Amino acid sequence: MPEYKILPAGDTALVVEFGEGIDRRLSRLVLALDQCLSEAKIQGKIDGVVETVPTFRSLMVYYDPLVLSAASLTSCIDELVKGLRSTEQAGRVWRLPVCYDERLAPDLAEVATRTNLSPAQVIERHSAVTYHVYMLGFLPGQAYMGDVPAELNLPRRKTPRLKIPAGSLAIAMTMTCIFPLESPCGWHLIGRSPIPLWDGRPGAGALLAPGDQVNFAPVSLREYEDLLAKVAAGTLQVAPHERAKEVGAAA
Amino acid sequence: MNPALRVISPGLLTTIQDLGRPGHQHLGIPVSGALDPISLRAANALVGNAPGTGALEVAYVGPTLVVEADDVRMSFVGAKAAIEVLPDVTASAGTLFETMESIHLRRGDVVRIGSLWDATTLYVAVEGGFDIAPVLGSVSTYIRGHIGGWQGRALVAGDLLPLVQNTATVHDEFRLEGLDLSAPERFRVIAGPQSDYFSESSLAKFFEGEYRVGAGSDRMGMRLDGPHLDHVRGYNITSDAIAPGSIQVPGNGKPIVLLADRQTTGGYPKIATVISADLPALGRLPIGAKVAFESVTIDAAVKARRKLLADIDAIGGMIVPRAPAAADFASRLHDSNLISGIFDGQGWAA
Repeated sequence: MPEYKILPAGDTALVVEFGEGIDRRLSRLVLALDQCLSEAKIQGKIDGVVETVPTFRSLMVYYDPLVLSAASLTSCIDELVKGLRSTEQAGRVWRLPVCYDERLAPDLAEVATRTNLSPAQVIERHSAVTYHVYMLGFLPGQAYMGDVPAELNLPRRKTPRLKIPAGSLAIAMTMTCIFPLESPCGWHLIGRSPIPLWDGRPGAGALLAPGDQVNFAPVSLREYEDLLAKVAAGTLQVAPHERAKEVGAAA
Repeated sequence: MNPALRVISPGLLTTIQDLGRPGHQHLGIPVSGALDPISLRAANALVGNAPGTGALEVAYVGPTLVVEADDVRMSFVGAKAAIEVLPDVTASAGTLFETMESIHLRRGDVVRIGSLWDATTLYVAVEGGFDIAPVLGSVSTYIRGHIGGWQGRALVAGDLLPLVQNTATVHDEFRLEGLDLSAPERFRVIAGPQSDYFSESSLAKFFEGEYRVGAGSDRMGMRLDGPHLDHVRGYNITSDAIAPGSIQVPGNGKPIVLLADRQTTGGYPKIATVISADLPALGRLPIGAKVAFESVTIDAAVKARRKLLADIDAIGGMIVPRAPAAADFASRLHDSNLISGIFDGQGWAA
């Protein structure tokens, strides 16, 4: 049985914490518990859970204490964790086009210098990985994807930028993100994706979910602009794949 | 022409808020909603709306609005402020009303909401509500994400806010009597989830000390000025989720209480969490107000939550006919000082 702690976050939330760091084993435990809780809720075995928020190493469980006591929720979680198995990756697989052209990648040259690689090698290393979506947070639809290869790991910039464009592809430490909206940012900008990770229109929402797998497909500036135009015209269908290593983001 | 309110001046930060959009935090979407849901509910009750109907949340300085509907009923609950109704946009003086009342307005009437002088928020509800499509089940404005409300942002001059009703129901106006919007001596918190990141002396300082609401506080977080808190295990944690009322302490040792527009996740240790029953009162505190904390058990918090729900149920019984003429209120209002107490926080608990 995995080790875990249950910590109070006020009277309407509990944190189920499986560890302190970032690794896929912890993440899979968090996502597996999230899944179990959601099934228990659907089956009517537990009433009063309001929502859950999976993060790198813990699951936040929001509840209504007038319906479900902290003690009952705790013993329910204890039961679920006992039967928990860290499952294999169950999420969807995506292939997202990204453009690493230096005109869209203000920090690519600096990242290359600081990692003793050429810009082409940075691109090659960054796009060779199948990333795991650990969690969504910070901005609507923003997925924290890891793990960035060790040779590309850099701390955040000393001075964050006050504003970066929506779609910016960035790295910091072991994580990579596509920022869904214009925002302040202390990460290193190494490209841009034309695919909106967040769509505020009714019926739309976040493209990615925790547990998904993401591959990046490098595209030229021209392809990027074509894709961007299709997104703007609403003619680009972005769908996940059943399996990895298929062609992605087809028009 | 469709019924609407036209914004002549927007005030400092006026947004549409309801009871928020829970259920989407796993996608990075904050709950948002009214900082003071009690006042929002009471404002809606005064005009006969369902409790969670979207209303204007006014911060510090109110907007000036023109009625572009046959007639509307409006209510004002929260901070004390001068509500002045003028016959048209060129008029220099009008009739003064108090907050905690409903009023009836006709096409072309101008309502000017002044500075708030004992709390940070005032809710302005309109009978029938605003004709705005909810986003993910809520009309609350989340400015940073450009989500919900009126075009995902605070009001600006020239906005035309569509209303559901072109006419107000025919009946007399009401006032709210006895709604307690005072702040507790100490806000009750439950220690954790990361209280073990702080030294014993910092924990003691946190619970015994006194803080003030700092400048830079907003709908996302309330910054506190007061005793500096030291971390014993560093000030970076692997990001985890942030509950409403979480008190996070970044590297500078200054606590921030996270409120309605809080980010869903964050990487600073959280020393304690304000209990759900005390969040509405916290949401009302203006810059400069005193804040102190006391630690309670989850059982005590649940009891307090139950009492808050009973208090909410009692709001209906506090609504009474607005007997005296408006002029009486106007003269009383002229006798009091409308300006002081906004930023010095001295009068906040009165």
